[in-house]
Amino acid sequence: MEAQGASARPVVEISLTVNGRPHTLAVEPRETLLDLLRMRLGLTGAKLSCDVQVCGACTVLVDGLPVSACTYLAYEARGRQVLTIEGLADGEGLHPLQQAFIDHAAFQCGYCTPGMILAAKALLDEIPRPTTDEIKHYLRGNICRCTGYKKILEAVLAAAETMASRHG
Amino acid sequence: MLRPFEIHQPESVEAASALVGRYGDDAAFYAGGTELLLVMKEGLVRYRHLVDLKTIPALGALDYDAASGLLRIGGTVTHRALERHPTVRERFPIVAEVERLVANVRVRNVGTIGGNLCFAEPHADPGTLFLTFDAEVELVGTRGARTVPIGAFFTGAYETARQPDEVLTAVRLREGGPQTRWAYMKFGIHERPTLGVAVALTLDAERRGIEDVRIAVGCVGPVPARVPAAEALLRGAPLAEADGPLERAAQVAAEGADAVDDLHGSAEYKVEMVKVFMRRAFRAAAARFQ
Repeated sequence: MEAQGASARPVVEISLTVNGRPHTLAVEPRETLLDLLRMRLGLTGAKLSCDVQVCGACTVLVDGLPVSACTYLAYEARGRQVLTIEGLADGEGLHPLQQAFIDHAAFQCGYCTPGMILAAKALLDEIPRPTTDEIKHYLRGNICRCTGYKKILEAVLAAAETMASRHG
Repeated sequence: MLRPFEIHQPESVEAASALVGRYGDDAAFYAGGTELLLVMKEGLVRYRHLVDLKTIPALGALDYDAASGLLRIGGTVTHRALERHPTVRERFPIVAEVERLVANVRVRNVGTIGGNLCFAEPHADPGTLFLTFDAEVELVGTRGARTVPIGAFFTGAYETARQPDEVLTAVRLREGGPQTRWAYMKFGIHERPTLGVAVALTLDAERRGIEDVRIAVGCVGPVPARVPAAEALLRGAPLAEADGPLERAAQVAAEGADAVDDLHGSAEYKVEMVKVFMRRAFRAAAARFQ
């Protein structure tokens, strides 16, 4: 992965899968995954907010793990599976977490919601029936300034229940 | 926004070290990027070459040798890998416990132990804990390999004994014996910890007397540090009568802490908190014998 000429900006070619769809793109090493998703793929669910990995508004899953797309180079996603909020629903059918956030009014302005739901998805993939404390611990890096968090906790618990009953 | 840079993908530590040796101040090692990319975004540092250490498979290894009780954590092992590793949880539970509380899950998924130690941000947890293990840091550079005791590794805020072309290949911890218990306590009002205190308490075979104690204080000053004078006051004391020595030790630790004023609080406040948290951490370690 060498620079293309002395004066040109360095570019690397990467292949990655976003929401199940393969992409091969030339990226600058400095390009963040968030910029790639928002500016080049038009996936604007992940948001830029604090830009220092504190708030969680830019959370996406890379190979199932939550990362801050604002401070994660697109280069790092080479060969990996990226999941954004746009890829969570199954066609018209909402993911149980999305439905639970609606049913429990677990968002108001909605800015933190994509990140909150993706972080919650990673949690439920790891711990299908988490305790309230485990949810609080896992989501402590996702900040919401509207809900007071109680409804978010209720929504995640409800989604866990729905998903557990579906899987028997 | 990040300014343009080139990324290099060495396949060996020697190649990585040679690249930084060649580009000098224009290059930096890059692992998780959780610290480096932030300061690059702010424009506080500028590198035209980042040398990715994650393309070197050996740096991602985590090995435990039961015979020697040594845990060798490769430089690019993430916080989250340490937190979740079965051997770490079983043999070094305090390491998993402390790692579980580093930053948030996104930072832990990406941030590495080598990056954390080498960046030497004063408001961090692992360095303080590792001091109570007498950990050893393995460095490999263009001029060869060496091992540095962790107590000599941190030399200032954001400064370490590592030479620019040296890669932190691993950090080694030795397992505690059956009569040793650890506790780590921290508190903070911001994203990063304001204060961290680690205590490793070793009792005698009857579990009545304090055979050894290692205490480290972090975050309040430029570097995490052991407090030998406080340790000496507790060593040899009967555990049942430890309150008096503990009070004096906490006072000595507070006076010895090189506390600084910053956004986390005044030096005066931090000194007071060192006392409080040292007492709590010691008692928490003692309680783990029950």
